[in-house]
Amino acid sequence: MHIVVASGKGGTGKTTVATSLALIAAERETVRFLDCDVEAPNAGLFLDPVLDTRKEVGILIPKVDETTCTYCGKCAEVCQFHAIAVVGKKTLVFPELCHGCGSCTLICPENAISEHLNVMGVLQGGPATNQIDFAQGIMNIGEPMAVPIIRELKKWGHSSTPAIEIWDSPPGASCPVVETIRGADFALLVTEPTPFGLHDLKQVVEITRELGLQASVVINRDGIGNNAVEMYCEENNIPILLRIPMDRDIAEGIAQGRTLVEIRPEFGPILREMLGQIVCRAA
Amino acid sequence: MKLAISISGKTLDSPFDSRFGRAAAFCIVNVETKEWKAYENPALSASGGAGVQAAQFVAKQGAQAIVSGAFGPNAFDTLAAAEIEMYLAPGNEAHSTTEILDMFEAGQLTKAEAATHDGYHGNHH
Repeated sequence: MHIVVASGKGGTGKTTVATSLALIAAERETVRFLDCDVEAPNAGLFLDPVLDTRKEVGILIPKVDETTCTYCGKCAEVCQFHAIAVVGKKTLVFPELCHGCGSCTLICPENAISEHLNVMGVLQGGPATNQIDFAQGIMNIGEPMAVPIIRELKKWGHSSTPAIEIWDSPPGASCPVVETIRGADFALLVTEPTPFGLHDLKQVVEITRELGLQASVVINRDGIGNNAVEMYCEENNIPILLRIPMDRDIAEGIAQGRTLVEIRPEFGPILREMLGQIVCRAA
Repeated sequence: MKLAISISGKTLDSPFDSRFGRAAAFCIVNVETKEWKAYENPALSASGGAGVQAAQFVAKQGAQAIVSGAFGPNAFDTLAAAEIEMYLAPGNEAHSTTEILDMFEAGQLTKAEAATHDGYHGNHH
Protein backbone atom coordinates (compact mmCIF):
# COMPACT_ATOMS: atom_id res chain seq x y z
CA MET A 1 0.00 0.00 0.00
CA HIS A 2 1.64 3.18 -1.23
CA ILE A 3 0.26 6.48 0.02
CA VAL A 4 1.63 9.64 -1.53
CA VAL A 5 1.24 12.94 0.31
CA ALA A 6 1.26 15.87 -2.13
CA SER A 7 -0.08 19.42 -2.15
CA GLY A 8 0.72 21.61 -5.08
CA LYS A 9 1.33 24.73 -3.00
CA GLY A 10 4.41 24.61 -0.80
CA GLY A 11 4.21 24.91 2.96
CA THR A 12 0.68 23.54 3.31
CA GLY A 13 1.70 20.80 5.74
CA LYS A 14 2.58 17.75 3.66
CA THR A 15 5.35 16.72 6.00
CA THR A 16 3.25 17.52 9.06
CA VAL A 17 0.57 15.10 7.86
CA ALA A 18 2.92 12.49 6.37
CA THR A 19 5.14 12.13 9.43
CA SER A 20 2.28 11.83 11.92
CA LEU A 21 0.44 9.41 9.64
CA ALA A 22 3.61 7.30 9.46
CA LEU A 23 4.02 7.30 13.25
CA ILE A 24 0.42 6.19 13.78
CA ALA A 25 0.63 3.51 11.05
CA ALA A 26 3.89 2.21 12.52
CA GLU A 27 2.19 1.45 15.85
CA ARG A 28 0.56 -1.54 14.17
CA GLU A 29 2.17 -2.12 10.78
CA THR A 30 5.56 -2.13 9.10
CA VAL A 31 6.10 1.29 7.52
CA ARG A 32 8.57 2.70 5.04
CA PHE A 33 8.79 6.49 4.76
CA LEU A 34 10.36 8.11 1.71
CA ASP A 35 11.11 11.83 1.74
CA CYS A 36 10.88 12.52 -1.99
CA ASP A 37 11.35 16.28 -1.59
CA VAL A 38 14.97 15.84 -2.61
CA GLU A 39 15.56 19.58 -3.03
CA ALA A 40 14.74 20.23 0.62
CA PRO A 41 14.11 17.02 2.57
CA ASN A 42 12.99 17.77 6.13
CA ALA A 43 10.85 14.84 7.28
CA GLY A 44 13.96 13.51 9.04
CA LEU A 45 13.73 16.43 11.46
CA PHE A 46 10.49 14.93 12.78
CA LEU A 47 11.20 11.19 12.55
CA ASP A 48 14.80 11.23 13.87
CA PRO A 49 16.23 8.54 11.60
CA VAL A 50 19.64 6.98 12.16
CA LEU A 51 21.01 7.36 8.65
CA ASP A 52 23.33 4.37 8.50
CA THR A 53 23.23 3.58 4.77
CA ARG A 54 23.91 5.79 1.80
CA LYS A 55 24.18 5.50 -1.95
CA GLU A 56 25.30 8.02 -4.56
CA VAL A 57 22.86 8.29 -7.42
CA GLY A 58 22.45 10.12 -10.70
CA ILE A 59 22.08 9.35 -14.35
CA LEU A 60 24.27 7.61 -16.90
CA ILE A 61 25.76 10.21 -19.19
CA PRO A 62 27.67 9.61 -22.42
CA LYS A 63 31.42 9.60 -22.78
CA VAL A 64 32.71 9.77 -26.32
CA ASP A 65 35.83 7.90 -27.41
CA GLU A 66 37.55 10.43 -29.67
CA THR A 67 39.63 7.74 -31.36
CA THR A 68 36.63 5.85 -32.76
CA CYS A 69 34.17 8.76 -33.18
CA THR A 70 33.72 9.68 -36.86
CA TYR A 71 31.76 12.90 -36.06
CA CYS A 72 28.80 11.63 -38.05
CA GLY A 73 26.50 13.65 -35.77
CA LYS A 74 23.84 10.96 -35.27
CA CYS A 75 24.10 11.29 -31.47
CA ALA A 76 23.47 15.05 -31.63
CA GLU A 77 20.50 14.53 -33.97
CA VAL A 78 18.82 11.95 -31.75
CA CYS A 79 19.28 13.92 -28.51
CA GLN A 80 16.02 15.66 -27.60
CA PHE A 81 17.79 17.84 -25.05
CA HIS A 82 20.80 19.04 -27.09
CA ALA A 83 23.07 17.55 -24.47
CA ILE A 84 25.53 16.31 -27.08
CA ALA A 85 26.84 18.43 -29.93
CA VAL A 86 29.02 17.63 -32.91
CA VAL A 87 30.82 20.53 -34.55
CA GLY A 88 33.61 19.92 -37.04
CA LYS A 89 35.96 17.36 -35.49
CA LYS A 90 34.68 17.70 -31.96
CA THR A 91 31.91 16.04 -29.96
CA LEU A 92 30.84 17.91 -26.85
CA VAL A 93 28.76 16.55 -23.95
CA PHE A 94 26.75 18.88 -21.67
CA PRO A 95 26.04 16.81 -18.54
CA GLU A 96 23.54 19.27 -17.03
CA LEU A 97 21.33 19.03 -20.12
CA CYS A 98 21.48 15.21 -20.32
CA HIS A 99 18.45 13.24 -19.12
CA GLY A 100 20.27 9.90 -19.24
CA CYS A 101 17.97 8.32 -21.82
CA GLY A 102 20.81 6.44 -23.53
CA SER A 103 19.64 7.18 -27.10
CA CYS A 104 23.06 8.47 -28.18
CA THR A 105 24.76 5.29 -26.99
CA LEU A 106 22.24 3.13 -28.84
CA ILE A 107 22.39 5.05 -32.13
CA CYS A 108 26.17 5.45 -32.38
CA PRO A 109 27.22 3.30 -35.39
CA GLU A 110 30.83 3.15 -34.19
CA ASN A 111 30.04 2.13 -30.60
CA ALA A 112 32.16 5.11 -29.61
CA ILE A 113 29.92 6.08 -26.68
CA SER A 114 30.19 4.53 -23.25
CA GLU A 115 28.14 5.59 -20.25
CA HIS A 116 29.26 6.61 -16.81
CA LEU A 117 27.44 7.71 -13.70
CA ASN A 118 27.03 11.44 -13.26
CA VAL A 119 26.40 11.77 -9.52
CA MET A 120 23.53 14.19 -8.84
CA GLY A 121 22.74 13.40 -5.26
CA VAL A 122 22.72 10.88 -2.47
CA LEU A 123 20.20 8.54 -0.87
CA GLN A 124 20.33 8.05 2.89
CA GLY A 125 18.38 5.60 4.94
CA GLY A 126 17.98 3.93 8.29
CA PRO A 127 15.62 3.19 11.15
CA ALA A 128 13.53 6.05 12.56
CA THR A 129 11.04 6.50 15.41
CA ASN A 130 8.61 3.57 15.86
CA GLN A 131 10.88 1.35 13.69
CA ILE A 132 9.91 3.27 10.58
CA ASP A 133 12.18 2.29 7.68
CA PHE A 134 13.19 5.82 6.65
CA ALA A 135 14.92 7.00 3.48
CA GLN A 136 15.50 10.36 1.85
CA GLY A 137 17.15 11.72 -1.24
CA ILE A 138 19.31 14.82 -1.25
CA MET A 139 20.02 16.55 -4.52
CA ASN A 140 23.46 18.10 -4.89
CA ILE A 141 23.46 21.88 -4.82
CA GLY A 142 23.31 23.32 -8.32
CA GLU A 143 21.78 20.23 -9.92
CA PRO A 144 18.80 21.10 -12.09
CA MET A 145 17.03 17.73 -12.19
CA ALA A 146 15.34 16.07 -9.23
CA VAL A 147 13.56 13.28 -11.11
CA PRO A 148 16.48 10.82 -11.37
CA ILE A 149 17.08 11.03 -7.62
CA ILE A 150 13.41 10.45 -6.80
CA ARG A 151 13.33 7.52 -9.24
CA GLU A 152 16.34 5.92 -7.55
CA LEU A 153 14.95 6.61 -4.07
CA LYS A 154 11.73 4.76 -4.88
CA LYS A 155 13.72 1.76 -6.19
CA TRP A 156 16.18 1.69 -3.30
CA GLY A 157 16.35 -0.99 -0.63
CA HIS A 158 13.30 -2.93 -1.67
CA SER A 159 14.40 -6.29 -0.33
CA SER A 160 11.56 -6.21 2.20
CA THR A 161 7.98 -5.20 1.53
CA PRO A 162 6.46 -3.08 4.28
CA ALA A 163 2.68 -3.04 4.80
CA ILE A 164 2.53 0.70 4.23
CA GLU A 165 4.77 3.07 2.34
CA ILE A 166 4.35 6.81 2.75
CA TRP A 167 5.88 9.05 0.10
CA ASP A 168 6.29 12.69 1.07
CA SER A 169 6.16 14.62 -2.21
CA PRO A 170 7.92 17.83 -3.19
CA PRO A 171 5.65 20.85 -3.69
CA GLY A 172 4.54 21.96 -7.12
CA ALA A 173 2.94 20.12 -10.00
CA SER A 174 5.85 19.43 -12.33
CA CYS A 175 8.03 16.42 -13.18
CA PRO A 176 9.38 15.69 -9.65
CA VAL A 177 5.82 15.57 -8.33
CA VAL A 178 4.63 13.32 -11.15
CA GLU A 179 7.63 11.03 -10.54
CA THR A 180 6.75 10.86 -6.84
CA ILE A 181 3.04 10.19 -7.39
CA ARG A 182 3.61 7.58 -10.09
CA GLY A 183 2.93 4.06 -8.77
CA ALA A 184 1.07 5.15 -5.64
CA ASP A 185 -2.20 3.49 -4.63
CA PHE A 186 -3.66 6.55 -2.96
CA ALA A 187 -3.01 10.29 -2.97
CA LEU A 188 -3.55 12.41 0.10
CA LEU A 189 -3.55 16.06 -0.94
CA VAL A 190 -2.80 18.56 1.79
CA THR A 191 -4.04 22.06 1.07
CA GLU A 192 -4.95 25.26 2.82
CA PRO A 193 -8.30 27.02 2.32
CA THR A 194 -6.90 29.95 0.35
CA PRO A 195 -7.09 30.86 -3.35
CA PHE A 196 -3.41 29.91 -3.73
CA GLY A 197 -3.96 26.57 -2.00
CA LEU A 198 -6.94 25.81 -4.23
CA HIS A 199 -5.20 26.89 -7.43
CA ASP A 200 -2.34 24.45 -6.89
CA LEU A 201 -4.59 21.73 -5.47
CA LYS A 202 -6.48 21.65 -8.77
CA GLN A 203 -3.26 21.04 -10.66
CA VAL A 204 -2.31 18.08 -8.48
CA VAL A 205 -5.85 16.67 -8.67
CA GLU A 206 -5.45 16.72 -12.46
CA ILE A 207 -2.18 14.79 -12.15
CA THR A 208 -3.77 12.14 -9.92
CA ARG A 209 -6.66 11.80 -12.40
CA GLU A 210 -4.23 11.44 -15.28
CA LEU A 211 -2.51 8.66 -13.33
CA GLY A 212 -5.84 7.00 -12.48
CA LEU A 213 -5.38 7.52 -8.76
CA GLN A 214 -7.84 7.90 -5.88
CA ALA A 215 -7.36 11.27 -4.19
CA SER A 216 -8.62 12.77 -0.96
CA VAL A 217 -7.96 16.11 0.67
CA VAL A 218 -6.63 17.28 4.02
CA ILE A 219 -7.41 20.90 4.86
CA ASN A 220 -4.70 22.40 7.01
CA ARG A 221 -4.96 25.80 8.72
CA ASP A 222 -8.70 25.27 8.68
CA GLY A 223 -10.48 28.50 9.55
CA ILE A 224 -8.45 30.90 7.43
CA GLY A 225 -9.25 32.02 3.89
CA ASN A 226 -12.57 31.04 2.35
CA ASN A 227 -14.69 27.99 1.58
CA ALA A 228 -13.66 27.67 -2.09
CA VAL A 229 -11.63 24.49 -1.43
CA GLU A 230 -14.64 22.83 0.18
CA MET A 231 -16.88 23.82 -2.71
CA TYR A 232 -14.36 22.53 -5.23
CA CYS A 233 -14.05 19.20 -3.37
CA GLU A 234 -17.82 18.86 -3.19
CA GLU A 235 -18.32 19.62 -6.88
CA ASN A 236 -15.64 17.13 -7.83
CA ASN A 237 -16.54 14.37 -5.37
CA ILE A 238 -13.20 14.58 -3.58
CA PRO A 239 -13.56 13.50 0.05
CA ILE A 240 -12.10 15.76 2.75
CA LEU A 241 -10.62 13.26 5.20
CA LEU A 242 -9.09 15.57 7.78
CA ARG A 243 -9.09 19.16 8.97
CA ILE A 244 -6.28 20.61 11.03
CA PRO A 245 -7.18 23.95 12.60
CA MET A 246 -5.16 27.14 12.31
CA ASP A 247 -3.51 26.98 15.71
CA ARG A 248 -0.52 28.79 17.14
CA ASP A 249 0.49 25.87 19.39
CA ILE A 250 0.68 23.54 16.38
CA ALA A 251 2.76 26.06 14.41
CA GLU A 252 5.14 26.56 17.35
CA GLY A 253 5.46 22.81 17.93
CA ILE A 254 6.22 22.11 14.27
CA ALA A 255 8.84 24.86 14.33
CA GLN A 256 10.48 23.01 17.24
CA GLY A 257 10.63 19.77 15.21
CA ARG A 258 7.75 18.09 17.05
CA THR A 259 5.13 16.08 15.21
CA LEU A 260 1.43 16.83 15.09
CA VAL A 261 0.56 13.78 17.21
CA GLU A 262 3.09 14.86 19.83
CA ILE A 263 1.72 18.38 19.96
CA ARG A 264 -1.92 17.32 19.80
CA PRO A 265 -2.26 13.66 20.87
CA GLU A 266 -5.99 13.77 20.06
CA PHE A 267 -4.97 13.57 16.40
CA GLY A 268 -3.70 10.00 17.00
CA PRO A 269 -7.12 8.30 16.84
CA ILE A 270 -8.23 10.70 14.08
CA LEU A 271 -5.25 9.76 11.92
CA ARG A 272 -5.80 6.04 12.65
CA GLU A 273 -9.39 6.43 11.50
CA MET A 274 -8.19 8.26 8.38
CA LEU A 275 -5.67 5.49 7.63
CA GLY A 276 -8.50 2.97 7.82
CA GLN A 277 -10.51 5.02 5.34
CA ILE A 278 -7.53 5.29 3.00
CA VAL A 279 -6.99 1.51 3.06
CA CYS A 280 -10.71 0.98 2.32
CA ARG A 281 -10.81 3.53 -0.50
CA ALA A 282 -7.64 2.29 -2.15
CA ALA A 283 -8.79 -1.34 -2.07
CA MET B 1 34.23 34.93 -44.84
CA LYS B 2 30.74 34.05 -43.72
CA LEU B 3 29.36 36.04 -40.82
CA ALA B 4 26.26 35.07 -38.84
CA ILE B 5 24.14 37.77 -37.16
CA SER B 6 21.27 37.05 -34.79
CA ILE B 7 18.26 38.96 -36.13
CA SER B 8 14.57 39.27 -35.43
CA GLY B 9 13.28 39.31 -39.02
CA LYS B 10 14.05 37.98 -42.46
CA THR B 11 15.93 40.75 -44.28
CA LEU B 12 18.95 43.03 -43.92
CA ASP B 13 16.57 45.74 -42.68
CA SER B 14 15.41 43.52 -39.82
CA PRO B 15 16.42 44.59 -36.33
CA PHE B 16 19.33 42.91 -34.61
CA ASP B 17 18.22 40.30 -32.01
CA SER B 18 20.51 40.45 -28.99
CA ARG B 19 19.64 36.91 -27.88
CA PHE B 20 21.66 34.04 -29.29
CA GLY B 21 20.00 30.70 -28.44
CA ARG B 22 16.54 32.23 -28.61
CA ALA B 23 17.15 34.59 -31.54
CA ALA B 24 14.27 34.60 -34.03
CA ALA B 25 16.60 34.05 -36.98
CA PHE B 26 20.17 34.13 -38.20
CA CYS B 27 21.37 36.11 -41.17
CA ILE B 28 24.37 34.48 -42.83
CA VAL B 29 26.20 37.05 -44.90
CA ASN B 30 29.28 36.71 -47.06
CA VAL B 31 31.32 39.71 -45.92
CA GLU B 32 33.21 40.01 -49.24
CA THR B 33 30.35 39.56 -51.74
CA LYS B 34 27.53 40.81 -49.46
CA GLU B 35 25.44 37.81 -50.49
CA TRP B 36 23.12 36.93 -47.65
CA LYS B 37 20.41 34.56 -46.58
CA ALA B 38 18.21 34.53 -43.46
CA TYR B 39 17.35 31.29 -41.68
CA GLU B 40 14.79 30.73 -38.98
CA ASN B 41 16.49 29.63 -35.75
CA PRO B 42 15.62 25.94 -35.24
CA ALA B 43 16.33 26.31 -31.51
CA LEU B 44 13.67 28.96 -30.97
CA SER B 45 11.13 26.47 -29.64
CA ALA B 46 13.60 24.08 -27.96
CA SER B 47 12.57 23.17 -24.42
CA GLY B 48 16.21 23.27 -23.38
CA GLY B 49 19.69 23.40 -24.80
CA ALA B 50 18.77 26.18 -27.24
CA GLY B 51 22.28 27.61 -27.17
CA VAL B 52 23.84 24.27 -28.12
CA GLN B 53 21.34 23.72 -30.92
CA ALA B 54 21.66 27.24 -32.32
CA ALA B 55 25.47 27.00 -32.21
CA GLN B 56 25.42 23.73 -34.16
CA PHE B 57 23.07 25.30 -36.70
CA VAL B 58 25.30 28.33 -37.20
CA ALA B 59 28.31 26.01 -37.57
CA LYS B 60 26.46 23.92 -40.16
CA GLN B 61 25.85 27.05 -42.26
CA GLY B 62 29.60 27.49 -42.47
CA ALA B 63 29.82 30.71 -40.45
CA GLN B 64 33.30 31.65 -39.26
CA ALA B 65 32.10 34.45 -37.00
CA ILE B 66 28.90 35.36 -35.21
CA VAL B 67 27.53 38.63 -33.83
CA SER B 68 24.97 38.47 -31.05
CA GLY B 69 24.25 40.26 -27.79
CA ALA B 70 25.11 37.46 -25.38
CA PHE B 71 26.52 33.93 -25.32
CA GLY B 72 25.68 31.44 -22.58
CA PRO B 73 28.24 28.88 -21.40
CA ASN B 74 26.99 26.00 -23.58
CA ALA B 75 26.65 28.19 -26.66
CA PHE B 76 30.12 29.60 -26.00
CA ASP B 77 31.70 26.14 -25.67
CA THR B 78 29.99 24.84 -28.80
CA LEU B 79 30.85 27.89 -30.91
CA ALA B 80 34.43 27.81 -29.61
CA ALA B 81 34.72 24.10 -30.50
CA ALA B 82 33.49 24.97 -34.00
CA GLU B 83 36.19 27.68 -34.11
CA ILE B 84 33.61 30.39 -34.73
CA GLU B 85 34.65 33.82 -33.48
CA MET B 86 32.08 35.46 -31.23
CA TYR B 87 31.42 39.21 -31.32
CA LEU B 88 29.17 41.24 -29.06
CA ALA B 89 26.94 44.05 -30.26
CA PRO B 90 24.97 46.33 -27.96
CA GLY B 91 21.42 45.09 -27.64
CA ASN B 92 20.02 48.09 -25.82
CA GLU B 93 19.78 50.31 -28.88
CA ALA B 94 17.99 49.45 -32.08
CA HIS B 95 20.27 48.49 -34.97
CA SER B 96 19.41 46.98 -38.30
CA THR B 97 21.25 43.95 -39.60
CA THR B 98 23.06 46.20 -42.12
CA GLU B 99 24.26 48.51 -39.34
CA ILE B 100 25.61 45.53 -37.41
CA LEU B 101 27.44 44.37 -40.52
CA ASP B 102 28.94 47.87 -40.94
CA MET B 103 30.04 47.91 -37.31
CA PHE B 104 31.66 44.49 -37.73
CA GLU B 105 33.56 45.61 -40.82
CA ALA B 106 34.66 48.80 -39.13
CA GLY B 107 36.09 46.69 -36.29
CA GLN B 108 33.84 48.34 -33.72
CA LEU B 109 32.60 45.16 -32.07
CA THR B 110 34.15 43.49 -29.04
CA LYS B 111 35.12 39.85 -29.17
CA ALA B 112 33.54 37.61 -26.51
CA GLU B 113 36.36 35.78 -24.72
CA ALA B 114 34.08 33.95 -22.28
CA ALA B 115 30.40 33.25 -21.74
CA THR B 116 28.53 36.46 -20.99
CA HIS B 117 26.13 34.95 -18.45
CA ASP B 118 25.37 31.78 -16.51
CA GLY B 119 23.37 28.94 -17.94
CA TYR B 120 19.66 28.64 -17.42
CA HIS B 121 19.80 24.85 -17.13
CA GLY B 122 17.03 25.26 -19.59
CA ASN B 123 14.86 22.21 -19.26
CA HIS B 124 11.23 21.74 -18.46
CA HIS B 125 11.63 20.48 -14.93
